[in-house]
Amino acid sequence: MSIWIGSETKVIVQGITGSQGSFHAKGCAAYGTKIVGGVTPGKGGHGGGGQIHEGFPVFDTVEEAVKVTGANVSLISVPPMFASDAICEAADAGISLVVCITEGIPVRDMVNTKRFLASTKTRLIGPNCPGIITPEKCKIGIMPGHIHKSGNIGVVSRSGTLTYEAVHQLTKLGIGQSTCVGIGGDPIPGTNFIEVLEAFNKDPDTHGVVLIGEIGGTAEQEAAQYIKKEFKKHIIGFIAGATAPKGKRMGHAGAIISGSRGTAEEKFQALEAAGVKISRSPADLGITMSKVLGV
Amino acid sequence: MNIHEYQSKELLKKYRVRVPEGKLIEEGLGDLEERTLASAKQLFQERKNQVFVVKAQIHAGGRGKAGGVRVCKSVTEVNQATKEIMGKILITPQTGPQGKKVHKIWIEEGVEVVKEFYLGVVLDRALSQVVMMASTEGGMEIEEVASKHPEKITKVPIDPSLGFQSFHGRKLARALKLTTEQTKEAIGFFRGIYECYQSCDCSLVEINPMVLTKEGHLLALDAKLNFDDNGLFRHPDILELRDIQEENPQDVEASKHDLSYIALDGNIGCLVNGAGLAMATMDIIKLHGGSPANFLDVGGSASKDQVTQAFKIILKDSKVKAILVNIFGGIMRCDVIAEGIVSAANEVNLNVPLVVRLQGTNVEKGRHILASSSLKIISAEELTDAAEKVVSAIRAK
Repeated sequence: MSIWIGSETKVIVQGITGSQGSFHAKGCAAYGTKIVGGVTPGKGGHGGGGQIHEGFPVFDTVEEAVKVTGANVSLISVPPMFASDAICEAADAGISLVVCITEGIPVRDMVNTKRFLASTKTRLIGPNCPGIITPEKCKIGIMPGHIHKSGNIGVVSRSGTLTYEAVHQLTKLGIGQSTCVGIGGDPIPGTNFIEVLEAFNKDPDTHGVVLIGEIGGTAEQEAAQYIKKEFKKHIIGFIAGATAPKGKRMGHAGAIISGSRGTAEEKFQALEAAGVKISRSPADLGITMSKVLGV
Repeated sequence: MNIHEYQSKELLKKYRVRVPEGKLIEEGLGDLEERTLASAKQLFQERKNQVFVVKAQIHAGGRGKAGGVRVCKSVTEVNQATKEIMGKILITPQTGPQGKKVHKIWIEEGVEVVKEFYLGVVLDRALSQVVMMASTEGGMEIEEVASKHPEKITKVPIDPSLGFQSFHGRKLARALKLTTEQTKEAIGFFRGIYECYQSCDCSLVEINPMVLTKEGHLLALDAKLNFDDNGLFRHPDILELRDIQEENPQDVEASKHDLSYIALDGNIGCLVNGAGLAMATMDIIKLHGGSPANFLDVGGSASKDQVTQAFKIILKDSKVKAILVNIFGGIMRCDVIAEGIVSAANEVNLNVPLVVRLQGTNVEKGRHILASSSLKIISAEELTDAAEKVVSAIRAK
């Protein structure tokens, strides 16, 4: 019914004793996610299971947390200067999926982190993203769970709140979601559109996909090439920033038109040429999908 | 963050990159003529040079064609050029039609140039690696070279676990058709540029042109450095190089309150949470025949105070004839935002139509707060509805 996460997923939260980490750990657990513990260096107590924070055991290291809890996924909510270290620690401990919410990680740190991750089997989602959710089963991130509904449409997006907008439109029309993935608004995302699309392509319970891109970079154009060649399911798309001026960073570190490259128009055209049904209005994502599905 | 050319050159010097010597003249620090003459005389004596270049320091390219760069052959000429350029408004393709005022001037020794090249360091997002780029087409806009003669640009990615190696340098030197002797010096030059980019958390280093001098040396004749804002916490020394005068005052005010704001040309002020939704809100206004006055992202967890500041910043723009608030509550609860909107609107004496669209967590509570306030708020449930209402509110005026 989903990609990468499901009801069996066991999650630890790195940064669980921080105010954000603690808040989101509780939010995910309340949704039904198996949050099995957390990591904050120096707060675990030697020998494991030092303090209990909001009912979750706290460990000093990810390695120890994995050994004791059997966690296979980590949600990272730590300040930007510690984030790269936290991601690499999770990968080193054998965590298979790392979801990093943190915004503001220096590009230099991400270049190094990405290089390191290439030598491991760990997948990173984010940073600077809302996370990943398989509705009614498992939420690993900061999205409002209640707007989602279980179903067969995958959502992949560089944005947070714009993803909520898309999900809201789908749910209102009675169209449920298989998994929604926020890949984040940074110039170097751990997971790109193509990797998410490949997973949706293989997932028998995903029948169609909503792809939401934005200005900056060429990730959508690269996704378009993949879609044209390999993608076999219904797919609709929107690109944010058609009205954005050149050379200005629009909130997200990665949302910038450099020179004349990375415009919304260029991306819309690439997607359209690849057979993606385009919605020029961000308000018509749900209706466009329902037309494509014929429901 | 951007810095001036003279600051970029000073920084590059620390990484053993050869740059021309010069002196800075700032506006409003006593008698301009006296200071210019003293600096120029000293330069002429110290450098035993016959030619000097007077260069306006603004955060924009294209200064030469706009009259911001002048070649001078005497102290008198330097003085004359400085007097004319200081305080002048330069309009270049990068400044926009309003131009930029010159507050600082860099007087630099002239160089006899044999050849001009382009050298740049940027992040290649598709590769997730830093690439060094070199081209024989120095002095031209690299964008133009890329579109007309892409084969004239050589790109060398640098593996972060390896760092810059001599073979990277040889590849670049070969692309620039340098001799064996020149290549030796070039490798050191390229290494310095790369080290500067890495050590300072740059997002761009551009040497255009890098020149081969008559004496046979490589030198950075111009230099442009941009920094990754997220890396600046590691560099208090670089933060000191920030020149607030060069930045849009509203942007500066917004960044103080952790708001992401960009001024645009239209008349509909936008206040949105999340960068993607903020862009999409601008787009849908345009689709319905309106024109956004700004991009403004209050972030994922904005406080009441931030919302108030956001309203103030939007209303400082006299072009704004209506405001559209579009909030999709996730972590941020709609009731909290609604309270923020009510208190902000009262505090700032709102006198333009306000359309508010709330969705998400606690939306009913939020709408109730807005409806029971004394404010004349036009409420909208969905995006299209919101865009139509704000556009017609302006037309009705």
